Amino acid sequence: MTTVQRPTGGHGGAPARPVVEVRGVSKRYGSIHALRDVDMAICPGEVVGLVGDNGAGKSTLVNIIAGALAPTSGEILVDGERVGFKSPTDARDAGIETVYQDLALAPDLSVWQNLFLGRELTVRGPLGWIGWLDRRAMAQQSVTDLERTRIRISSVSSRVGRLSGGQRQAVAVGRAAAWGSKVILMDEPTAALGVEQQQKVGELIKTVASHGLPVLLISHNLPQVYDVCDRILVLFHGRLIADLRPEETDMDGIVGWITGAAMLSGGSTR
Amino acid sequence: MSAPQPPAAALDAHVAEGELEAGRDSVPVFQRFMERIGAFWTLGVLAVLIVAFGIAAPTLYTKAAWLATSSFAVEYLILAIGQTYVIVTSGIDLADGATLGFSAMAGSLLMENLLASHVSGGVASFVGILLMLATGAGIGLVNGLIITRVKLPPFIVTLGTLTAVTGATDLLNNGTEITNLPGFVTTLGTANVLSGWLPVPVLIALALAVLFGLGLSRTRFGMRTYAIGSNEIAARRAGVDVDRHLVRVYMISGVLAGVAGLLVTANFSAASPIAGANDELYAIAAVVIGGASIFGGRGTMFGTVIGTGIIAVLTTGLVLANVQPFWQQVAIGAVVIGAVAVDRVRTRAGTD
Repeated sequence: MTTVQRPTGGHGGAPARPVVEVRGVSKRYGSIHALRDVDMAICPGEVVGLVGDNGAGKSTLVNIIAGALAPTSGEILVDGERVGFKSPTDARDAGIETVYQDLALAPDLSVWQNLFLGRELTVRGPLGWIGWLDRRAMAQQSVTDLERTRIRISSVSSRVGRLSGGQRQAVAVGRAAAWGSKVILMDEPTAALGVEQQQKVGELIKTVASHGLPVLLISHNLPQVYDVCDRILVLFHGRLIADLRPEETDMDGIVGWITGAAMLSGGSTR
Repeated sequence: MSAPQPPAAALDAHVAEGELEAGRDSVPVFQRFMERIGAFWTLGVLAVLIVAFGIAAPTLYTKAAWLATSSFAVEYLILAIGQTYVIVTSGIDLADGATLGFSAMAGSLLMENLLASHVSGGVASFVGILLMLATGAGIGLVNGLIITRVKLPPFIVTLGTLTAVTGATDLLNNGTEITNLPGFVTTLGTANVLSGWLPVPVLIALALAVLFGLGLSRTRFGMRTYAIGSNEIAARRAGVDVDRHLVRVYMISGVLAGVAGLLVTANFSAASPIAGANDELYAIAAVVIGGASIFGGRGTMFGTVIGTGIIAVLTTGLVLANVQPFWQQVAIGAVVIGAVAVDRVRTRAGTD
């Protein structure tokens, strides 16, 4: 993990070099413009919120960054280098991890198995050639990974199906934080959680970002976005219309951008 | 293993500050107990059966009864080993009994023809056995490809191949059995070790159970097999090539059916076109009694071995106790339902 200072908020600090940049990205389905010429950048340690009404293009944008969709035009840069993802696996290999709304965990597998699924460690030597798992190494590594994100799971050998909703969320985020080296994309991570657990996931997101790994948070939960994010991007009919800082606006202000009302009244922060 | 061994406590991650909701388990004590004992409760059932039938029919404790029971179990155990992999992926292989019959007939037909054209018995055995395994693998490949490429439910696909393969088996030799087999194959059925206590087919079946058991519980392939059955989308998103994996799983089931076909042929010194018929039901029953979930994600080879043992002991035990043979099937059916009912109670806690 690189050592970076977290953006301190406000416009005063020197801008850090972006890890992920979106340049002029458009996505068209026939005559429908899902995204129009979107530019954005995510810097190390930032928590960036992505909000907008249903159909504003949030999922399309996230899926493009995650490699699940190809843009019609425009480009994605990781560490300043242009990338052309053909699949989510490509994006993952480039250090971009996604936490899906449904978490994508296997309930019958243990915590460590879920953390390493698809990237299993095998022992050295002939047994390794037939895929003999190095269970101890994976369990140990899981403990370390989860500790770093301050996630408390009684045992990494627990079946994920036995965990509470918040714990499962933590495992999914912990997995992304363990493998992600550039950015974590989170799609509605707290949609299924209670208030208290939402708050804890919010803290978890801050913890992850404080280690230098930025988070792009897509959420309808405006209080959480307002509370957790360093910047809030607003999509409106496929256009990125605002880049707000929580200390410069309030909830009503954000809602105004989401509904387009703020645009009509002429305000712009970009 | 190269990694240093950590103290057991280190595997429990406890971080004092910023901890996330620990989620107190509100699971009743009984259910937690049942979940903890896992597949071992079936071992208890097997023990009870052995004691109960031993009281009803003391001849159960003779060498003859052991040989009858274990030899009976061989074909079901080998099919159940493959079936365990399939069921753990949340699939089902209804065609494995039919595959047994077809591969046995195909390999035997080839061996008979090779012997008739004066090829040596050793070569005929080698080629014939290879054909049995290849035929099994081929039918598994067809099952796997249709399931993954045409995206049809395993139940329907294997029901279709069950029917088609059964018909094809009769086409091979006009529905008659093949008895002119190389000496290697016929002696395989009677060979034994440990002064007659361990028939070689039983040894092969147990060795396969250990081998494939370790494959399921200790290898990457096994772990991904569970992952696919537990949450296929999660497996795909984790980068697992689910389709290729499933094809391989059905091929494993097919190859094992070929092995079972060989051993059944060896045991009877003949290949019969009706060999293996309905075997899939016993194999599935053994896996389910052993604690596997037909919804996938759960099941162990240990459980499958015990499940097969329960079916075998029930069958021989009822015979030795002079119960009408028709009751065997009634009893096995009841045990299957009972096992699933207990399993439901056992795991209600863990599946949210």
